[in-house]
Amino acid sequence: MTMPLIFERSEAGRRAYSLPDCDVPRKDATELLPGWALRKRAADLPEVSEVDLVRHYTKLSQRNHGVDVGFYPLGSCTMKYNPKVNEDAAALPGFNALHPYQPEELVQGALELMYELGRYLCEIGGMDEATLQPAAGAHGELTGLMIIKAYHESRGDGAKRTKVIVPDSAHGTNPASAAFCGYKVVEVKSDGRGGVDLDSLRAAMSDEVAALMLTNPNTLGLFDENIVEIAKIVHGAGGLLYYDGANMNAIMGIARPGDMGFDVLHFNLHKTFSTPHGGGGPGSGPVAVKKTLAPFLPVPVVEKKDGKFVLDYARPQSIGKVKAFYGNFNVMVKAYAYIRALGAKGLREASENAVLNANYLMRKLAPYYHLPYDRHCKHEFVLSGEYQLASGVHTGDIAKMLLDYGFHAPTVYFPLIVKEAIMVEPTETESRDTLDAFVDAMIGIAQLAEKDPEALHTAPHKMVVGRLDDVTAARRPVLRWRPNKQTNAG
Amino acid sequence: MNYVPNTDRDRSEMLADIGVSSMEELLSDIPREVRLQRHLALPAPMSEYDLARHMGALASKNRTTDDLVSFLGAGAYDHFVPSVVRHLVSRSEFYTAYTPYQAEISQGMLQAIFEYQTLMCELTAMDVSNASLYDGATAVAEAAAMACRQTRRRQVVISVAVHPEYRATLRTYARNLGIEVLETGMKDGVTDIEELDRLVSSATACVILQSPSFLGSVEPMGKAAEVAHRSGALFVACVDPISLGILAPPGEYGADIAVGEGQGLGSPMSFGGPYLGFLTCRQDLVRNMPGRVAGETHDPDGRRGYILTLQAREQHIRRERATSNICSNEALSALAAAVYLSWLGKDGVRELADLCLQKAHYAFDRITALPGFEKASRAPFFKEFVVRTPIPPEEVSAGLLRSRILGGLPLGRHYPEFGDAMLIAVTEKRTKEEIDSLCRALEGLA
Repeated sequence: MTMPLIFERSEAGRRAYSLPDCDVPRKDATELLPGWALRKRAADLPEVSEVDLVRHYTKLSQRNHGVDVGFYPLGSCTMKYNPKVNEDAAALPGFNALHPYQPEELVQGALELMYELGRYLCEIGGMDEATLQPAAGAHGELTGLMIIKAYHESRGDGAKRTKVIVPDSAHGTNPASAAFCGYKVVEVKSDGRGGVDLDSLRAAMSDEVAALMLTNPNTLGLFDENIVEIAKIVHGAGGLLYYDGANMNAIMGIARPGDMGFDVLHFNLHKTFSTPHGGGGPGSGPVAVKKTLAPFLPVPVVEKKDGKFVLDYARPQSIGKVKAFYGNFNVMVKAYAYIRALGAKGLREASENAVLNANYLMRKLAPYYHLPYDRHCKHEFVLSGEYQLASGVHTGDIAKMLLDYGFHAPTVYFPLIVKEAIMVEPTETESRDTLDAFVDAMIGIAQLAEKDPEALHTAPHKMVVGRLDDVTAARRPVLRWRPNKQTNAG
Repeated sequence: MNYVPNTDRDRSEMLADIGVSSMEELLSDIPREVRLQRHLALPAPMSEYDLARHMGALASKNRTTDDLVSFLGAGAYDHFVPSVVRHLVSRSEFYTAYTPYQAEISQGMLQAIFEYQTLMCELTAMDVSNASLYDGATAVAEAAAMACRQTRRRQVVISVAVHPEYRATLRTYARNLGIEVLETGMKDGVTDIEELDRLVSSATACVILQSPSFLGSVEPMGKAAEVAHRSGALFVACVDPISLGILAPPGEYGADIAVGEGQGLGSPMSFGGPYLGFLTCRQDLVRNMPGRVAGETHDPDGRRGYILTLQAREQHIRRERATSNICSNEALSALAAAVYLSWLGKDGVRELADLCLQKAHYAFDRITALPGFEKASRAPFFKEFVVRTPIPPEEVSAGLLRSRILGGLPLGRHYPEFGDAMLIAVTEKRTKEEIDSLCRALEGLA
């Protein structure tokens, strides 16, 4: 059965809306605006009743998998449970119905929350000052790199330092953010244990390097044991260390990027701090820095002066603004509530259980799937579908088959340095029963790969649609609906 | 509270299954010298009840726009959000999902994004839309970068009448990307087209205007588009989507890229975020477009479905050669916009725009009839306008608060030439009685 689009449910004359009456004397629009300013052809929006509207989007929701529906072991995304009380807090009118330009004295609660959240994040990351302005992780990366650039420029070093180093295991956003900040990207290899290859790093390092971007634990889920040496090499050549906080869920209360030698880090509140990801955002990507970099933070910074919270714009060395207003405030409310609920003990337990769950899954799956780096992992681990490849089954097939078991698939084909990669992150909020059920599914799939590879090539079989044709979608893009199918070119 | 299901027994059995004797052993690869040797210095954990009370207490330290009568706009607007929007975006199948990488298990969100893209194309009269950007400010910056890629030029010209925070964000992005930003001035309350014409050259990648402008004026968009196109530059229109129920959309005056802030489409003001950056463009620009985009396709049985497509533009494939570094965007705000626009429908979107227009003009006529309050220009406007005040606008704001009215934005900080002026916004939510009481309060202050 094909699910209609909202436009295909439209019937002229139906309506869901109800608007206030026009209680002021009404004039014709042509009296108030010049003719050239008026719209000629009306926007063809759907006409539906309220119940049709509600049923349509309710049905769509039922065709979607979220953490509340089931296991979501998407590596590097930290799909942990999103506590409901945080949603309630963020929906309070006292947080929701606030205009960003209200006078400071009317928003002391909001500013207090932002100030305290910034301080908590600095404590968790081992940093000195923070900005909450970036809207997502990649936005945080870009902001952090802009801060690094401003720092080098302030020392007369900006023109020379044109390169940013990223490991070959890095998230795609790292090189993209560096390029978007005007940097040339230099890739360094990983060593046999999955960490940064020190010789490659030494060879790449020079006074042209502005920074090294690193995730630790890295995208293989492995802690880079050479981190102190890495920091020494980078700092020794005048470069700075950027920490991609996507994998922060492994180390809360256990180790801090600031203590490892990192100068700048971004957090993903929508990963580590349990705020829901919204099906692709909103996220929030606060950036915390060491003291020497604080003057370059975006404006405004929330400060506490004489017991009052204020927005400080008087920062002459600031990189400026990276977004309108102060960041994704509503997301901050949820992250703040999460940190207050857990406290230091709870955060550490969260990280420990995330590491425990990942290692448990890894050991249970290692007999059936190739484990390219056989050592304790942190919060996630990477398998390879290499064994299954022998029977013509690809990682993509394994991922699609998992959907039929009611699980979201792990991250696949990433990191790029592992062939047929399967990146699994269970998080701490999954029970052993769920992990065991996932293990059973993965073993079943491994067995099926040998017996009946065709069944995997055609998976999924139980979803609302079968495997979708992504090649045609990209070659002949249809990016919007049109009433006349003939003109439906996107 | 930590939301962890593992019991002590689970933990010890799992450790045994892994083959280690303790949790500590799993952490042994973290060098001692970087291990935290103390507990994090954070406030003590709280029960759910204590947390709810604490959050309530913090929220109550704020004065909300529900407690006050708000005439504050300037890029964040107090539009009505119908109940259906809140209820549908609260479906946790939507909000607890990640970006829909596995299409077959994420058809709900993908179809909703596809519908959102279609709605935004209709509203702006453009060919294609992406799945969303962070907000209006970053959408302007992304559009500028997109225009530079498309034209292989490194200069953009933007009107000073564009939102100051959008221009500030553009400057930050541009400085790091090596893009030159030129600003063009105003005359009679709107962008000075003659000055614009002098600035634009064969070096210009795009011209950016906002309509209604930050100061509320409906801008001469068609003329600006002509100026841009004469020099081979693109024209970027930053627009208020609510205004498009009645104002000419970007596609009708020759815009190549349309961007803007979509907060008004079903998102609360939330002290500045999360909002919704939107970007629509001409068909032939699509491969330079930043961000996610959903496309229609089919399964082997010919069933229609949706998928994230044109990913060869994006960071996870293209890395440092991507069109943008954006990954997470504002999908849930886009869903809210899709529900909101479907709730309004063809007639509602026009009626809503007309309500804003009528009420704003009533307020303008009443206020500018008060002694000492004067209009700043004769430019046409939609739901927001500038008035010069007989006493400093900061004092006007403070005075209005005593009557539980949140006044307009004093403009001096952003526009010194409007140091004696205030930007007043009137949405469909304001009643005649509220506008009249604003006028009474202003009269008392003058």
